[in-house]
Amino acid sequence: MTDAVDLRGVVKRYGTVTALHGVTLSIADNEFFTLLGPSGCGKTTLLRLIAGFEDISEGEIRLFGHDIARLEPNQRPVNTVFQNYALFPHMSVLDNVAFGLKMKGVDPAARRARAGRMLEMVHLSAFAERLPAQLSGGQQQRVALARALAPEPKVLLLDEPLSALDLKLRQAMRVELKQLQEETGITFIFVTHDQEEALTMSDRIAVMSAGRVQQIGTAREIYEAPVNRFVADFIGETNLLEVEVASVSDGRATVILPGGARITCPSSSMTGGRHHLSIRPERLTISDRAELMANVERVVYLGTDLQVIAHLDGGQPITLRLQNAARTSLPEPGQRIGLHLEEGGARLLAD
Amino acid sequence: MKGVRHYPGFLALTILCLAVLYAPLIVVAIYSFNASTSITSWGGFSLRWYGEVFTGREAARFGQAAWNSITIALIASTVATVIATAAALAMVRGGAFRGRQASFALINLPLMVPEIVIAVATLIFFSAIGLTMGYLTILLAHITFCIPFAYLPIAARLEGIEATYEQAARDLYATRAQAFRLILLPLMMPGIVSGWLLAFIISLDDFIITNFVKGAGMETLPTAIFGSVKQGIKPNIMALSTLMLLVSVLFVTAAYLINRKGRQTP
Ligand SMILES: Nc1ncnc2c1ncn2[C@@H]1O[C@H](COP(=O)(O)OP(=O)(O)OP(=O)(O)O)[C@@H](O)[C@H]1O
Ligand SMILES: [Mg+2]
Repeated sequence: MTDAVDLRGVVKRYGTVTALHGVTLSIADNEFFTLLGPSGCGKTTLLRLIAGFEDISEGEIRLFGHDIARLEPNQRPVNTVFQNYALFPHMSVLDNVAFGLKMKGVDPAARRARAGRMLEMVHLSAFAERLPAQLSGGQQQRVALARALAPEPKVLLLDEPLSALDLKLRQAMRVELKQLQEETGITFIFVTHDQEEALTMSDRIAVMSAGRVQQIGTAREIYEAPVNRFVADFIGETNLLEVEVASVSDGRATVILPGGARITCPSSSMTGGRHHLSIRPERLTISDRAELMANVERVVYLGTDLQVIAHLDGGQPITLRLQNAARTSLPEPGQRIGLHLEEGGARLLAD
Repeated sequence: MKGVRHYPGFLALTILCLAVLYAPLIVVAIYSFNASTSITSWGGFSLRWYGEVFTGREAARFGQAAWNSITIALIASTVATVIATAAALAMVRGGAFRGRQASFALINLPLMVPEIVIAVATLIFFSAIGLTMGYLTILLAHITFCIPFAYLPIAARLEGIEATYEQAARDLYATRAQAFRLILLPLMMPGIVSGWLLAFIISLDDFIITNFVKGAGMETLPTAIFGSVKQGIKPNIMALSTLMLLVSVLFVTAAYLINRKGRQTP
């Protein structure tokens, strides 16, 4: 089966600035694909290249096997939900939603009917005759979604569509977006810098940094098997410890922490020398079967969780997260604790 | 921080400025309703001078001048607005092109060059290319100096319209032309209308340049009024001036209101 979107070695330069350094990725049909990365990493640039608002400097863009690099935006079966929505301020909500159909030459009765159905789908039928300025931010966001979906694009591009909404609405919209994607069967490419959003909605995620794709994978793969320091650090919380790799055998490495403690962890192809070890805070428990010893510095109460900030014997800070169960006895600052590392809780990283 | 109102003498200075600016206008407006022939002593309220404007000895001359003024203003402001709109699109949406700064200076130069210099230069230019001074030369000159006045509100408006609207239209299968006609043009309209109104008023009120390039026998309202005043100020001139003032105020107010309304719904 051909991929919905296929990017090969896409480079984008603005004058002397290179926004994208050779991005290669494939997005399957019907996939909810997320571009995740910090501000300025090139997420919007990538979307704009797919939509056709910018020309690529090098590389190839294919849509269902067709080279679209030279096509104008109106010739690409791709629609965009803009970050600021960009609803036409002088048109009613219904006319906004019907605009794409009108441009495609759908007759007035049919496009009104379809626009009406789209508004129903986003629960805004009652607002059809209003102007965009008379809607709340959340309602505008849904109009933008209905407008982009109405012409039945093959791929929908969404540029941080939830970032302007408050937390509750954002969480509700996540569920709605995901449902919408499943119902329509349209490929979604979703841009966000919010990792929680990415982890909860996506089939696959591309983590980007400084114009490069760092890792592509499911939420689980990216969280549990980050390929490098950037991904480990960017996705979720982690403890990054500098370690010495003592030996590698059968895909497992034995590493030595600065304090002298030894632990073993899965390792793909790491040779000896200094590397970074990532340990997720929730994979550590306080236990007598301890691989590591630490001194508690501070305990932070987070409601469902407790965050314990401690120092390893080697001097490095380490954070652990404990579930706030009733039986948990709180560690005291200054207390010496043993830390047990769950199997698979540590990962050796490439830099 | 203290507001500017707290500086000593602020109030007095303000009143002085306003008085110098507006007292003559107010005096002219009041005396245009004077029943007496004198322009200095009040002889009771009357509309006789307004009657004089439309039916008096100079009525035909003023009528022809008004017709010239209005048709020139209509054509000049319309042509200038079209050119200014195209210029604004190139300047604001054209991206970075060579000579962008120079173009900007060129468009706005007429605002900074003393009008008398433009008047003399225009006259010399028209003579040099062999044009006979008359209606056409006035029209050409007016189109030229109206462009920056039309340009400013249009460019200001366009700068406030985010490029994403056009991109959204293009994304939704509109061609370049459709995106312009259906999205950008309606959004620019308040700026275009207020630019047109401003250009119209500037053309209607112009005296110096017009006086240089009008040729013999051709009059616009301002030059006709000037010609009439040279033989002594009569109250009918005050009535005529008051009428022109009224038209100007109406147009400028309309331009302001349209611009403000446009800004509320970007
Ligand atoms: N028109 C442009 N001209 C020059 N540089 C640009 C242009 N557009 C983007 N860039 C640069 O390209 C890089 C990527 O920008 P982009 O907008 O894609 O980032 P982003 O990942 O969407 O960030 P954010 O999360 O802040 O929206 C940035 O360094 C930016 O400064
Ligand atoms: Mg962006």
